[in-house]
Amino acid sequence: MNVQHVKAKIFARESSRIDLGEAIPVFHQWIQKNSGEELLIDVADYRHVPGGPGVMLIGHDAHWSLDSARNRLGLVYNRRTAMEGSTGEKLRQAVGAALEACRRLEQEPPFRGKLVFDGGECEIAINDRLLAPNTEETYRALKSDFEWLFDALWGPGAYTMEHAGEARELFQVVGKARTPVAAAELALAP
Amino acid sequence: MKASNSQWKDRLVGRMPPQLEAEVDVFEHEVALKKQGKIDDRVFGETRLRRGAYGQRYDNGQRHDGVATRKLQYPSGAATKGAHTLWDAPGMQRIKIPFGGLNAAQLEVMAELAEEYSDGIAHVTTRQDFQLHFIHIEDTPTVMRRFAAVGITTREACGNSVRNVTACPIAGVCRDEVFDVTPYAKATAYFLLGHPDCQQFGRKFKTAFSGCRDQACALVRMHDLGAVAATRQENGRTRRGFELYVGGGLGTVPYQSKMMYEFLPEAELLPVAQAIARVFARLGEKKNRNTARIKFLVNKLGIDEFRRLVEEERAILPQDPRWTDYLKEIPHADEQPLKPASLLRINGLQPVGFDDWSKTNVYRQRQAGYAVVTVALPLGDVTAGQLRTLADLARKYVKDTIRTTVEQNIVLRWVSEADLPELYKELKQAGLATPGAGTIVDITACPGTDTCKLGISSSRGLAGELRTRLAERSLEMDEAVRGLRIKVSGCFNSCGQHHVADLGFYGVSRNKGGYAVPHFQVVLGGQWTENGGAYGLAIGAVPSRRVPEAVDRITSRYLAERQTGESFQAFIKRIGKAECRKMVDDLGNVPSHSEDATLYRDWADAREFTTGDMGVGECAGEIVSPTDFQLAACEREAFEAQLQLEAGETMKAARVAYESMQHAAEALLKLRLNYAPDSPDGVAAMFREHFHDTQVFFDPFAGGKFAQYYFQAHERNGQARSSESVHRLIEEAQLFIEAAHSCYGRLAGQPYLAAAI
Repeated sequence: MNVQHVKAKIFARESSRIDLGEAIPVFHQWIQKNSGEELLIDVADYRHVPGGPGVMLIGHDAHWSLDSARNRLGLVYNRRTAMEGSTGEKLRQAVGAALEACRRLEQEPPFRGKLVFDGGECEIAINDRLLAPNTEETYRALKSDFEWLFDALWGPGAYTMEHAGEARELFQVVGKARTPVAAAELALAP
Repeated sequence: MKASNSQWKDRLVGRMPPQLEAEVDVFEHEVALKKQGKIDDRVFGETRLRRGAYGQRYDNGQRHDGVATRKLQYPSGAATKGAHTLWDAPGMQRIKIPFGGLNAAQLEVMAELAEEYSDGIAHVTTRQDFQLHFIHIEDTPTVMRRFAAVGITTREACGNSVRNVTACPIAGVCRDEVFDVTPYAKATAYFLLGHPDCQQFGRKFKTAFSGCRDQACALVRMHDLGAVAATRQENGRTRRGFELYVGGGLGTVPYQSKMMYEFLPEAELLPVAQAIARVFARLGEKKNRNTARIKFLVNKLGIDEFRRLVEEERAILPQDPRWTDYLKEIPHADEQPLKPASLLRINGLQPVGFDDWSKTNVYRQRQAGYAVVTVALPLGDVTAGQLRTLADLARKYVKDTIRTTVEQNIVLRWVSEADLPELYKELKQAGLATPGAGTIVDITACPGTDTCKLGISSSRGLAGELRTRLAERSLEMDEAVRGLRIKVSGCFNSCGQHHVADLGFYGVSRNKGGYAVPHFQVVLGGQWTENGGAYGLAIGAVPSRRVPEAVDRITSRYLAERQTGESFQAFIKRIGKAECRKMVDDLGNVPSHSEDATLYRDWADAREFTTGDMGVGECAGEIVSPTDFQLAACEREAFEAQLQLEAGETMKAARVAYESMQHAAEALLKLRLNYAPDSPDGVAAMFREHFHDTQVFFDPFAGGKFAQYYFQAHERNGQARSSESVHRLIEEAQLFIEAAHSCYGRLAGQPYLAAAI
């Protein structure tokens, strides 16, 4: 299965209390200070959409957003361009990029001490219904790749994972660590 | 680009209408040829526009990030998909939804494509279209195929073509309509789609249908072609037909349409539309796109001559069975409800918020026991997940009777009334039960600087801010204020339809001490009802950040001083433009950048509002150049012209409006040459030589349009004009002065001039 376009969401802890509007100048600064590895284009403000993507950093290869889908705040990394490598490596790249963004956001002055990401839960979707329909068959085909990812993230046997969502939605898997862990403590080489 | 594109092509073979399938194949081939450099930029640009694939802001490969203008290094480098539009730059895909009609399966595909190719958001436009943003050009053929498989085309969604045919979203269930215009709108949309007589237009062509004359739902009066349902008794039988209007349009300078026929029999609708298209294609302007809309042709010829030409053309049209075939189906075309009619049971146990929601978002249909529910979408935005929920709710409660609206909402028709509380609960759970549809909080806004290349100020940023502030107190508001409409455009092009709002705003910029300051012109006196029956005029520019205060002042004064039963429009007319201006005049005083930089940033944008590196003068204090003073005086003159017009002094208004343009031209001449001639002829000639012919005055997108306004006014100066013509002249004068401000801003950014200012 030639999986591309991985989307990963790391949830904020429920204790996080932030003004989403503060993400606008933060993301603009990320563009200003961009080292050039990723092409960052603009910031999109969707705070007015209930349960929507919140504030989004638009890039050529990926979008990042402080998202409130299903009314749960989190950081979403949404890969847009194709990548080389195995499916496992692509999953790892997306989650690694999401975790890196979480760490960076937590350190931004407006969010310091107010925004903490939970490293104990990760929602991953494949943003291509034709290559990865949301079926049991896809889950069986990709299960080992997700296990490889979660093993690296939390250690073998230290998590549960489940196939989630209804048939019309993107194929998605939710992994949960058995013991609490902060996103900042997780190490996952991109 | 998606890896699955080629697989979608195979997967969807035979599942698309053959014509659509063939068209998308051709377009895909053109994309491939363009990538190989085998198609000219301009040709491909128009080709993709006619497929609804539009450019977006920053697609020229550069962006000011708040510090400096930087190159966006797209992987395909300098490869382009049209003039000044880079290949890899994200684009917008517009999706035509004739009369706004949708079914559940189409909503689901919209959700899939928003999620897979865009940013997860689908956007309803002021023309009942959808737009998806941030789409790569190489993905567009697959997007089009997936739409085609559910009967949606993107053909002629942009470009010089017949755009989406709009219609009243409650047509067929409306209590006031003469008859249901839906089948006529649908027939017109598909008859004109791809029609050979519609391929040679110099500009776009917009069509709308309304079931009645008095309401606003379809805004017929601001369309190139507008039809209002009408009937006539003949030999004891009721005959259907239309009041037909032509030559309306907003754009930079709005025109009210002219009535072409008081009663056009239904059988003549399509042949006359075809004849109009032929006349427009043959005689409409082709070279200068700024005067190429049909409104200019109708204005030039006069409605009587235009009608004569259309009738001449109609007489020689070859008979086409499609003109009338659809009429046979109309008696059987009525929508059917999913559930039997029922009455809402008031038992005191309604869900929290239901009463407030139902007051504004529920419309009782003509058919007893049924209602239309408006799903108010903030700024027209809806997530993929919400679209799926709407599809589910449509299947559960109403079948496929879904429509988009020109107020950027979605309506579900044929809701059995007893289902309203349950439907409300399910909408609320999905974040789709925002109350206030059709009220002051239901603000319409074009994309503006968020994604549009032409945007000057952040229309969505302002609309979002106003919405948040007004929603907090909307339930306590007096009904008179609550019922007002606010519409915001990011520039003078009017995509946000600010001319027909009670409170309209359009984005402009001002220069202050070498810095650009985002502003909005305040437009008052527009009429939303009677299909957009009157256009407002600008009363003055207010810094973007102060617009909420301007709204508060204007609405508070209306509330305090209105007479019994007096509408907002009547109130504005009664107190007069001068009083209106006084309400916001002081808001235009901008502190220097060093004192307070707040006003130098736009809503929802942390960057300094500027289009380049702008220097601050040597003086640390307030810097007001002579040009600033002169342009401000010109604005006052244009406003004075409005007052004269309001007082019925037509000729005087025309003279003052013209002089405001002349004085703005003089200000720029003095800025650049330290000299301006004494005579009007001399000013015009010198301005032409130094600002027009050199293109120094040219707007990056509108080119020399605004200079032409001045030259035309100069040629006609002193000639008799109608009141409507003077109204337009004043609009043109304001736009010319805005262009002078912009030109000044650009010149001020040039180091060699900075010292002179």
